Amino acid sequence: MFSYFLRRVILMLPVAFGVSVICFLLVQIAPGDPLTAIMPVDATADEQAAMRAIYGLDKPLPIQYAIWIGNLAHGDMGKSIATGRPVAGEVFGAVNNSLLLAFSAAVIAFPIGIFLGFLAGYFRDTWIDRVVTAISIAGVSVPNYWLGIVLVIIFSVNLGWLPSMGAGPGGSQDWSWDWLHMRHLVLPAVTLAVVPIGIVARTVRALAGDLLTQDFVLALYAKGMSRGDVLRHVARNAAATALSVMGLQLGYLLGGSILIETVFNWPGSGFLLSNAIFQRDLPLLQGTILVLALFFVAMNLIVDVAQAAIDPRIKRS
Amino acid sequence: MTAIDPLDMPVTEAGKGYWSGVGARLIRDPLTLICMSVIALLILSAIFAPWLGLGDPYKGSMIARLKPIGTPGHILGTDEQGRDMLARLIYGGRLTLFIGLTPVVLAFFIGGTLGIVAGYAGGWVNTLIMRTVDVFFAFPSVLLAIAISGALGAGIVNSLVSLTIVFIPPLTRVAEAVTSGVRALDYIDAARASGASALTVIRVHVIGNVLSPIFVYATSLTSVCMILAAGLSFLGIGVRPPEPEWGLMLNTLRSAIYVNPWLSALPGLMIFITSLCLNLLSDGVRSAMNVRD
Repeated sequence: MFSYFLRRVILMLPVAFGVSVICFLLVQIAPGDPLTAIMPVDATADEQAAMRAIYGLDKPLPIQYAIWIGNLAHGDMGKSIATGRPVAGEVFGAVNNSLLLAFSAAVIAFPIGIFLGFLAGYFRDTWIDRVVTAISIAGVSVPNYWLGIVLVIIFSVNLGWLPSMGAGPGGSQDWSWDWLHMRHLVLPAVTLAVVPIGIVARTVRALAGDLLTQDFVLALYAKGMSRGDVLRHVARNAAATALSVMGLQLGYLLGGSILIETVFNWPGSGFLLSNAIFQRDLPLLQGTILVLALFFVAMNLIVDVAQAAIDPRIKRS
Repeated sequence: MTAIDPLDMPVTEAGKGYWSGVGARLIRDPLTLICMSVIALLILSAIFAPWLGLGDPYKGSMIARLKPIGTPGHILGTDEQGRDMLARLIYGGRLTLFIGLTPVVLAFFIGGTLGIVAGYAGGWVNTLIMRTVDVFFAFPSVLLAIAISGALGAGIVNSLVSLTIVFIPPLTRVAEAVTSGVRALDYIDAARASGASALTVIRVHVIGNVLSPIFVYATSLTSVCMILAAGLSFLGIGVRPPEPEWGLMLNTLRSAIYVNPWLSALPGLMIFITSLCLNLLSDGVRSAMNVRD
């Protein structure tokens, strides 16, 4: 098991390197000079050159990349151009809020998706199957930023039950587990949960449908095993694949929350990202993307290892 | 000497048989036909919008702002600047569908080519292409699209570029997988042994056998691409105002949800209907073409 884990980590390193290169290049593809945002308009050529040297922008790209990575290793992601504060602090605070939102959505989505998918797979080609299939197709087709707006119209504007913005009363940024804060979480988390419900339901339906028609299920019934026990065997066989789909979905939830955070003014990484984009705050943009992508890479690693731990067949192949 | 060359006959017949079979299966599938008609209707109305007798989608009116759905003269009401919603929704289909579908077409050609080359060549070429593709898989697609669009800035071309980059890796991966599968078959070895060049083998023996799974996979990406494209405009890093575009309209109308809530949800409904039809259409095409994933 440990050697498998080690092999996965080693395979992950070039990917992590590639991710850092892409994040580094993001700033390079941006039009305009990164200095224009901070330099006064009447700066002389000498002043510009001096500033360029301070930021290391006068060096060739590979050197700039090496400096950037070296600073990253010390936890230094540069300073935000807009606020002057270190990028690292801003990003980690925001990512915390995004994680809270993503996990809440996962807690809603995964049980519902598994339940619906299993129901559809078990009652294949009945009306139950058709209803679940319709729900999951609608779930994967809906633009969730629009669904968020529709939920706000229903539950905030018309019914007045839930708040439509922010993460706490009066724009509070500090999270706590009381109803005053949690009612702010309901609408964004439900909105974010809809797409993974569709995807998980679809996956589990296919898995359950395939497994239930296999010979070993017939054999288990034939030897007199109760229905519940047979389903336990089926669930165990489906677990590894279902788990990997859910793990990836958790990563997608973190990345996909950007649009939802904008809809609900949720103070997470997506909100930070859109601010960074509009203020052309490239170091902040770069830092946020890097942290989110590395999180996704780590998530993939965890999923792979967990999958191998559950299903020994994977390790051997 | 009048005997028909037996080598010619079965090939053409088999080809015809497959496609007429696909057509016959599609015609017996009402849901797919309905979705196909909806998409065709949306595309045609977007193309022929100037000849449909609609109002001017750019002309606003300060006194006729946010009129509700059903107002005489403005069947679907007016937006926050008093522009006719029906006209803007139909004209909005132009940019939304264009930016939502073009990246998948571009990525189909670029990713398909890369994948076929990687799958056929194998060796270091394969390693180079596929490991590069792996890096892009480390980004959730929404994040990658927003990152590139955010860095490049708003604009139609920038949106097309960033979405194409997002969809090249998945298409490359699928193309590589099916091509490697075909590459291992005996008839490829036979063709190579007969002295055919790599290009000839790919053109004659590989492309025909890998194109339909790649195509079907590409159709399944169109719905996501539509949602993402409109999402970029919704965030303000896609199409620039005052162009009518569904995502952008959804964004600007958000300020009106307390005044005229259902009106502001209309552009999103258009995105939803389109992406739903694209998904169902893709499922229908997949089963009609007998492609298993």
